[in-house]
Amino acid sequence: MADWKTLENAKYTENDEWILVEGDTAKIGLTDYAQDQLSDIVFVDLPEVGDSVTKGEAFATVESVKAASDVYAPASGTIVAVNSALDDAPEQINSDPYGAGWMIQIKLSDPNDLKDLLDAAAYAKHAEARG
Amino acid sequence: MTIDLILQKKNGEAPPPLEPLIYDLGAPGRIGVNLPDPDVPEAELPADLLRATLDLPEVSEMDVVRHFVRLSHLNYSIDTGFYPLGSCTMKYNPKLNEDMARLPGFAEIHPLQDPASVQGALAMMYTLQSWLAEISGMQAVSLQPAAGAQGEFAGILMIRAYHLANGEAHRTKIIVPDSAHGTNPATTAMAGLEVVEIPSDANGDVDLDKLREVCGEDVAGMMITVPNTLGVFEAHIKEIVDIIHGCGGLMYMDGANMNAMMGVAKPADLGFDVMHYNLHKTFSTPHGGGGPGSGPVAVNEKLADFLPGPIVTIIDEGSDEEPPLYGLTMPDKSIGRLKAFYGNFGMLVRAFAYIAVYGGAGLHAVTKHAVLNANYIRARLKGVYPMPFDRICGHEFVCEGHWPDAEGIHALDISKRLMDYDFHPPTNYFPLIVPEALLIEPTETESKEACDAFVEAMLAIAQEARENPDLLHDAPHKTPVGRVDDVRAAKQLVLCCRPVLDPEA
Repeated sequence: MADWKTLENAKYTENDEWILVEGDTAKIGLTDYAQDQLSDIVFVDLPEVGDSVTKGEAFATVESVKAASDVYAPASGTIVAVNSALDDAPEQINSDPYGAGWMIQIKLSDPNDLKDLLDAAAYAKHAEARG
Repeated sequence: MTIDLILQKKNGEAPPPLEPLIYDLGAPGRIGVNLPDPDVPEAELPADLLRATLDLPEVSEMDVVRHFVRLSHLNYSIDTGFYPLGSCTMKYNPKLNEDMARLPGFAEIHPLQDPASVQGALAMMYTLQSWLAEISGMQAVSLQPAAGAQGEFAGILMIRAYHLANGEAHRTKIIVPDSAHGTNPATTAMAGLEVVEIPSDANGDVDLDKLREVCGEDVAGMMITVPNTLGVFEAHIKEIVDIIHGCGGLMYMDGANMNAMMGVAKPADLGFDVMHYNLHKTFSTPHGGGGPGSGPVAVNEKLADFLPGPIVTIIDEGSDEEPPLYGLTMPDKSIGRLKAFYGNFGMLVRAFAYIAVYGGAGLHAVTKHAVLNANYIRARLKGVYPMPFDRICGHEFVCEGHWPDAEGIHALDISKRLMDYDFHPPTNYFPLIVPEALLIEPTETESKEACDAFVEAMLAIAQEARENPDLLHDAPHKTPVGRVDDVRAAKQLVLCCRPVLDPEA
């Protein structure tokens, strides 16, 4: 059944967000499993550059034909970039969740935030268990 | 044209419209009514409020009637077929209620009339308030809220006002289970309070350990639906109420599912402090495109002074010769009005008629039959459709619309295929915590034959899903409009039957 993928070097939350550290910044998005569960995404409400995000708190909303869902920050930090292409093409989260579908890039305020996140294998197991 | 826009194109071509737009009917200069010559002097309108042309359809009365009657033939309604839309309680709306609502003493009065001249209407409202108090076990009722969500809003504002009156402004958190109706967290946010979501356990009940963890002196209260949105009765409702009361919070019951409780259990007896009714669900007033809602709130003695108003009270008890005098009053510490005038009055008349016809024993029987019908369908579908919570349900139950051996079939495909069998689909993708959820609520008004026919269709579709999955993917086939492109409809919202003229032009 599992035709969704994970991104090898990323870390994951149990709420289906991924975070990929690149130097002192990190990109954040929704996992392939999450987009598959949500089905066609039709709207994304993103924060703005300069806003701060807090680990475990919602920073964005995605709306699919099924439901509207909050997206939670896997780590705290300050937003340095926002993928504004999603405003016009939210379906990029469906087609390329780890690439063109990234949502925000943050400057991490505490690298320790990443410690309790799941790695790709653990996340795959967590998602698989939910069917 | 609107319909063209939302239809999925087959073979690259948009299908022809099922019915022309009203602007495409008629002819230039055709009119529907002849207005008489004015018998008062014509007033001069300010020039800046006048325009040279007005883009209205030019049609006769018959053009209009035929257009809308044809459109109505495309509708599916509770008057044409089985409507198992979970959480919505689409029971049959007795036509007697419509007769009552059209009585001139109800239909032709004005809310600004002197209360002395509408004593019958006020007596009806007063009696309905007392019946709703009795059914809930609560002390007082306000009929003001226009629908369930506004009832919730009133309830949470009352809880907030109660804490403020007790000097407990620090109580700002409302606990909401993850299975809740979306209106619960929305209500909390609207009221300026903070939502604390708690998970359900493997049985579909509230996770009591998590509840104890979050319960503290910052908690204003908890909102919970009974039976819950998964259709199951919270097994630990007494513990939940005790935990919340133990930390000083109040209990709000979302009464959306009263059709599984009415006449059997009283929310006040379970320990709730405040609840709302959905008259349009439980008491059969038309809804779902057929009419406005109505969401009265019922409260115990803690909150009675905070009710939204005005409410109907007896101003003068009267005597053996004189009937009581009814009036409209604001409770002492009322949170205020929620809407103009006195609630959705026409819905109040219909609910009153429904309760009057059934009586207490009848309402009890309604509940029992609603629960029986749901459990009958659940038992017949068990083993064919995955059921996340294998237990006796209330008036509705949730199953999953997917199978490991029918890859690519989703709940939506099953629902669309049901339309080919002439059934309204169940609720899809709610509650959110069940994957591919199909929430099925037959209501008590359906016969065993109707329930059986629905089950047979569901069983046939489960077989089709394996043998001919495209039959489901492309469904519906037999409806006036085929599979709509809901992604495109959500992204390119066209709500006007005519392109909006540029206001600057």
